[in-house]
Amino acid sequence: MDKKKLDELKKIANEIRKESIIMTHRAQSGHPGGSLSEADILAALYFYKLNVNPKKPDWEDRDRFVLSKGHACPAYYAALSMKGFFDKKKLEGFRKINSMLQGHPELSTPGVDFAGGSLGQGVCFANGLAIAGKLDKKNYKVYVLIGDGEAQEGSVWEAAMAASHHKLDNLVVILDKNQVQETGKTKDVMNIDPAADKWKAFGFEVFDINGHNMEEIVNTLDKADEVKGKPVMIVANTIKGKGVSFMELNHKFHGKAPDDEQFEKAMEELSKDD
Amino acid sequence: MTEAKATREGYGDALLELGKSNNDVVVVDADLGDSTKAETFGKQFPDRYFTAGIAEQDMIGIAAGLAVSGKIPFASTFAIFSERAFEFVRNIVARNNLNVKIAGSHAGIFTGEDGKSAQAIEDIAIYRALPNMIVIQPSDYIETKKAVHALAKYRGSSFMRLLRNPLPMIHNDNYKFEIGKGEILRKGKDAVIFATGTMVHESLKAAEILKEDKIDVYVVNMHTIKPIDEKLIVDLAKKTNLVITAEDHNIIGGLGSAVAEVLSENYPCLMKRIGMEDRYGESGKPAELYEKYGLSANKVAEKVKAFVKKK
Repeated sequence: MDKKKLDELKKIANEIRKESIIMTHRAQSGHPGGSLSEADILAALYFYKLNVNPKKPDWEDRDRFVLSKGHACPAYYAALSMKGFFDKKKLEGFRKINSMLQGHPELSTPGVDFAGGSLGQGVCFANGLAIAGKLDKKNYKVYVLIGDGEAQEGSVWEAAMAASHHKLDNLVVILDKNQVQETGKTKDVMNIDPAADKWKAFGFEVFDINGHNMEEIVNTLDKADEVKGKPVMIVANTIKGKGVSFMELNHKFHGKAPDDEQFEKAMEELSKDD
Repeated sequence: MTEAKATREGYGDALLELGKSNNDVVVVDADLGDSTKAETFGKQFPDRYFTAGIAEQDMIGIAAGLAVSGKIPFASTFAIFSERAFEFVRNIVARNNLNVKIAGSHAGIFTGEDGKSAQAIEDIAIYRALPNMIVIQPSDYIETKKAVHALAKYRGSSFMRLLRNPLPMIHNDNYKFEIGKGEILRKGKDAVIFATGTMVHESLKAAEILKEDKIDVYVVNMHTIKPIDEKLIVDLAKKTNLVITAEDHNIIGGLGSAVAEVLSENYPCLMKRIGMEDRYGESGKPAELYEKYGLSANKVAEKVKAFVKKK
């Protein structure tokens, strides 16, 4: 990919980060940390990889995207609106009554393929999407984004076993390995390492990458297309709260919105990257 | 009367018929297909039959993914093990009213020898509490087949309760099954028994016993516990002023509760709930268990008699 396109994607990722901060600050509620860590991945997916059509959100040949870590929807909503699935003005309603943009995603929102909010369910659901794709001989791919704390849920491994058993090579699971969960560091709460080896042992083709390096993300998404006969895991090594110094690797910002002062500081830091 | 058959066999046979007529019908299993009879479909249509292994959460997730992709998935396991995936059912299936048909077999103490761990007595209660979820328990093989066909046409989330052991046929092939409509099997004037599943059979036999005591009861087959047939319940309560419910399920949260909810808001009258009295079952032959836990026709007749006298 040329530098210009890469810079463009980086800029989009930064916009997603800013919107995540604006939305959580406005709502005084929501999950900034995991939104900031996944922003680069979402930018690469929605503005490089996914074959989707915002004018026809239910187009049956589209690639599917399952945000299994549904709490990290501020970044997701930002990406969807920037892609054109709905008006950016809608972001103002995030977590407010009568709003389309609920605290966790709902299927009624244009572009949303999975109603998340309960961890450990996305890969199971994605298995169903991938099996349906095979049944209907469709070429679409199913991408799932899960968290590292989420990988503590046993159902993730039920799903991993089944994806491999059913040879779902139209399934790409991305692990946003941001190292931190609600109450502390993932390695302290319940260690999931060696994550890459575990997914390998479950029969996945595993790529271990820097989840904030845009070039690596897009190249890996392309490499995933070449894998045949088994599902793909991309271990994206990331930093929770990435881009806002006082949120980075700080579990307190898993599910806490920035106050006014923190908001100003966060926006200032993120604007430096413009 | 044709031979006795288990409702789970009706499930398998109806799936097979559906498989032939509708390519969108798919079945997801959690390694109990031989017991739930889903395998009847799987053997004929291996390409549309998926196992999640012994992993009920994944089974529900897969079924949900298939449903949003336009398939008509049936997901079956034992009723009790479907409960392991309850929160998946709640958050992926019912919350989005996805077109997933969950079938839970081996329900109630009627399951027999397998004992407490296998005998779901709370499944109706928990699934009934989910918005969008309809709950059905057929009473014989033929009714089960009709119910499966009706569910294949229905668009939305459902739980169907199936039974392990054979039951005589109440219905014949001309029977018309309609979701949400209770079926009057016998008319009476002294009381009405609203029964579901096995207890339809026990209640019909109890009605015969009661006849000798000059007690004349309605017996109604409540194959749909949700949406409950409110009109029929109120109409028959008005006629008899004495209402009994009968189910192989905890008396808390099941059919008895559903009927009580309707009556207390529309036509308060005396009620007696027959069922598992907030306790678990045990191993044994179904008939022995029904006698011990008060669900046999004899016990139902005794309870109804005492209740009618109290009036």
